[in-house]
Amino acid sequence: MRAPLSTAIAIGAGIITLLGLFIPVEPITSLRGRLIEWAVLLAGVAGLVAIVHLLSVHWRKMTARRNKNIPSAFLLIAFALTFAAGMVLKPGHPSMQKIVTHIQVPIEASLMGVLAVTLTVAAIRLFQRRSGWMSFLFAVSAFVFLIIGSGLLSSSANIPVLKDILAAVNALPVAGARGILIGIALGSLTTGLRVLLGTDRPYSG
Amino acid sequence: MITILGVLGLGVVFLAAGLMIILRMTGKDRGQPAFRKIAAFDDLKKSIGLAVENGTRIHITLGKASLAQPFNPSALAGLAALDRIAQISSISDRPPIASSGDGGLTLLSQDTLHAAYRSVHAPELYDPGRGRLTGITPMSYIAGTLPIAADEDVSAHVMIGNFGPEIALVTEAADNAGAFSLAASDSLPAQAALFASAQQPIIGEELFAAPTYLEANRGHAASLQTQDILRWGVIAIIIGGALLKMVGVL
Repeated sequence: MRAPLSTAIAIGAGIITLLGLFIPVEPITSLRGRLIEWAVLLAGVAGLVAIVHLLSVHWRKMTARRNKNIPSAFLLIAFALTFAAGMVLKPGHPSMQKIVTHIQVPIEASLMGVLAVTLTVAAIRLFQRRSGWMSFLFAVSAFVFLIIGSGLLSSSANIPVLKDILAAVNALPVAGARGILIGIALGSLTTGLRVLLGTDRPYSG
Repeated sequence: MITILGVLGLGVVFLAAGLMIILRMTGKDRGQPAFRKIAAFDDLKKSIGLAVENGTRIHITLGKASLAQPFNPSALAGLAALDRIAQISSISDRPPIASSGDGGLTLLSQDTLHAAYRSVHAPELYDPGRGRLTGITPMSYIAGTLPIAADEDVSAHVMIGNFGPEIALVTEAADNAGAFSLAASDSLPAQAALFASAQQPIIGEELFAAPTYLEANRGHAASLQTQDILRWGVIAIIIGGALLKMVGVL
């Protein structure tokens, strides 16, 4: 077996956490809480390690002999400036908040704008890519729920038959979403069990 | 104090674990069981083969779910797929790249690549630079992933994990570069966006079938069979519950 110690730690910690979820008795509950605290702490450290790795990847791209990546230089300079400002001013300082609200938020908002256009174009191209009843149903449902969501039919809420039809139509996506989520929950359960049984060991490198 | 819900939950977990162990043991001699065809995974296998032949790269992106969040099983399924894709494409001139939007996931993707190359006796292929964090917020993760589609000579993108609808920007970039894209997410808004934008979208729990369809190992096949059995159980309970409600028992 590869990495038997890592496997034993992963399986042991997983079983204690799982038991603590279903059997809320001492000392399992407090042990579960402690393990989760350690996991969150380790996830934070992993985030820092991964950020340093991200910087090293961009440094390599910027200093490559061939095909130098100029945008990587912008990333490194922006990171250095933001990091230095954060260390000097602390994250709660109004100037640091301005960096977030005046630079990061507008950039992310512009990406959301691009996304809106991208999705519209993708919806138009859907029939070129995949013609079939699923695509037809997808387009019809998107159109119907756009109209219902726009409030155009809000005045019809008092018409008895139309009100019932709208209620039935509105129940359809809820039923569909529940079906998909039940499937995903089952898949999540078996995926988690694969780790607990040692079939999947993504930590075994 | 243990509740009835706790006992039921634990019962389902033990039932699933028991089924997985039994199916794994009984299926050892029978080989890989036959599952229904899913066109998306057939196309993925073809794309991996083409990428190996053409000397182009495969990009696997694993989403932004932290390991401390409840959405991470989708990323674990992505890691299992990454392991298999790295093994299959180990003879390629350009090994695959993995990207993610969480630090822990990045380290696991590096570890998975390392393990995959060791398992095919080619540890020299491992380069930690191919398991990358591209951003730590949803948008910065996508913004950091976009250059991979444009600059790294990628011919196939595999997106398995927890995404927001902004993942459509990556599928669009893949489309513009003429690359194949297979996408699966546990998030409903992302599934809707991917249905319209990805070449091969995977809906619902089929996301967790990816490692099995890439012929990972017997354990994955047993896991998928267990998932199918549990699904039939849920269907029976829902129909039974509805019938009992109709006749006034519940």
